[in-house]
Amino acid sequence: MSIELKNVSKQFGEVAAVNEVSFSVAEGELVALLGPSGGGKTTVLRMIAGLEIPTSGDLFIRGQRVNDISVQARNIGFVFQGYALFKTMSVFDNIAFGLKIRGRKRAEIKERVEELLKLFGLEGLGRRYPHQLSGGQRQRVAIARSLAPRPSVLLLDEPFGAVDAKIRQELRDWLVRLHDELNVTTIFVTHDQEEAMEVSNRIVIFSRGRLEQIGTPRQVYEEPANEFVARFIGVMNVLELRVENGAARNHELSFPSHGVAEGQSLRIGFRPYAVQVSSNLGEYRYRAVLKHVYFLGVLLRLELETPSGLVVRARISKEEFNRLRLAEDQPVSFQIREYRVLSREGQSLESETSIIQPLSHGEGI
Amino acid sequence: MAAGIPKKKLGLSAAKSKRGSEEPIWVRWSLTGFALAFVAIFLLLPLVNVFAQAFSKGWSAYVNALANPDTWDAIRLTLTVAAISVPLNLVFGLAASWAVAKFEFPGKTILITLIDLPFSVSPVVAGLIYVVMFGARGFFGEWLDEKDIKIIFALPGIVLATIFVTFPFVARELIPILQAQGRDQEEAALTLGANGLQTFWHVTLPSVRWGVLYGVILCNARAMGEFGAVSVVSGHITGRTDTLPLRVDKLYQEDTAAAFSVASVLALLALVTLGIKTWLENREEHDLALAQEAEVKSDEH
Repeated sequence: MSIELKNVSKQFGEVAAVNEVSFSVAEGELVALLGPSGGGKTTVLRMIAGLEIPTSGDLFIRGQRVNDISVQARNIGFVFQGYALFKTMSVFDNIAFGLKIRGRKRAEIKERVEELLKLFGLEGLGRRYPHQLSGGQRQRVAIARSLAPRPSVLLLDEPFGAVDAKIRQELRDWLVRLHDELNVTTIFVTHDQEEAMEVSNRIVIFSRGRLEQIGTPRQVYEEPANEFVARFIGVMNVLELRVENGAARNHELSFPSHGVAEGQSLRIGFRPYAVQVSSNLGEYRYRAVLKHVYFLGVLLRLELETPSGLVVRARISKEEFNRLRLAEDQPVSFQIREYRVLSREGQSLESETSIIQPLSHGEGI
Repeated sequence: MAAGIPKKKLGLSAAKSKRGSEEPIWVRWSLTGFALAFVAIFLLLPLVNVFAQAFSKGWSAYVNALANPDTWDAIRLTLTVAAISVPLNLVFGLAASWAVAKFEFPGKTILITLIDLPFSVSPVVAGLIYVVMFGARGFFGEWLDEKDIKIIFALPGIVLATIFVTFPFVARELIPILQAQGRDQEEAALTLGANGLQTFWHVTLPSVRWGVLYGVILCNARAMGEFGAVSVVSGHITGRTDTLPLRVDKLYQEDTAAAFSVASVLALLALVTLGIKTWLENREEHDLALAQEAEVKSDEH
């Protein structure tokens, strides 16, 4: 294991920023710490770096307990949100800093810095100063600087936060390629679930200082551990159902009771892609009006409203949309192909194992 | 075509002056004129007069006045006082501004208030404080007398009074710059393996170098020019405890032209300070702008 956290907590005064968090990261992995702001993910990253000291719990880097080991001795590379380049130093001196501090020989420093400038596509920029660089270049200098002393772990705090949307995408691809090439254990913090899904091997999801789930992008999307994860990763329709006469209902929609007693409630969730829509009113079980169509490129998001006012979000491909000849304010029929039980009354969210229940009504496309 | 261009320009400027935020031209001109006249009468004219009076008895009288051994002693004392008090205030200013800008600690507000104290206290009172403490009838007077240590009416007293009067300059200058910079660059240095001292030396200090110089220049100008506080503790012993400003005051009683000759040295010092200060202000604004730019970037999310 490259990094391991065991019941790590961090208290800032009265506030528990991180609460009993345990997870581990294997050598060479690329892991995202994901969550809404204030979720504790940056604090976890800073604790791994040694910039914050855990209030309780143990932190290991390559098997060694590092709670009492200083930042300088941990041999980590850290890339700050605003990059924190040394503005009075040239690009060359920025990258060379960690090597100079370690007392490396001049020739060795020069060789390493030039190697990094080349690897990061910064040739010829060595003599420039940070304020003369573009946002993307600054970020690459910051990463090159952190990698120069060959750290055992690379930690990045919101690495794509400070650049505009177009460069973001390039930088994501570039970070993935860089990781493939260097294979250094990398942990990055992000609040953007799409970014986490696209870039990382595994995602650790935080909310309000707690670890909600850890898994591959596919796992957290398809098998969310609880309602928070289900809502945070991708779009999820969530319904609260009440069991009446043996069926769980909300407005027109009804589902099996899943063993929940009469009069009790349960919550279910379903992804927009699991909603099947037809312009043929007899085709599916439920009726609705197509209220809004949002074009997202190849995919379209539909907003359906049932006669009693329940809003359901669906997603279909452009081809499908054209084939069905759909338009706004048109009556349609729909059904839900699969859904997950998120919680049953009286049971905690976390302990709930979710089950996918294919419905027998109607036909698939 | 050629005739059309100036007309077009006129039209533009007319349109400009109609903007709501701009005052009519006569208001702007009279305000500017008033400000310039005020500066000319109260600042420029006296300054010119210093040099005019200094040379009123000719070049040789000017040189003679400066060549006077007592004047040389005053110059030497002034330089000595500045050479001791400015570095001490530099160290104090760096330490205080770093502590205030980067850390939270009990008594921080009190420290900030105390840094400003010399600006609000009359220099004469500052001088008297030291007389009350170290003078012959002061708190430590007897004890100092026994040990044969002279503070009041000697160099140590002058240095103490000067330090008191000049200590806000460096700290006041650096606090806003250090606050704008935040701790990111320093933390980056730590993660790269630098210890506290290396971080301060290679990262913190270079990033505020212009601010430091600016503070030192102002501190030095005040240290050399201080009259009130020094006058109280000096004892005015000609050739021993007279600094330049005290020397000017004393000469003025005897020989006006000589007094102005010595004063012209101080005035020259002021002009040089002003020049360096203007140059540094540009550099410093640049530093501050960079710091704020970095700050905005990291605040965006």
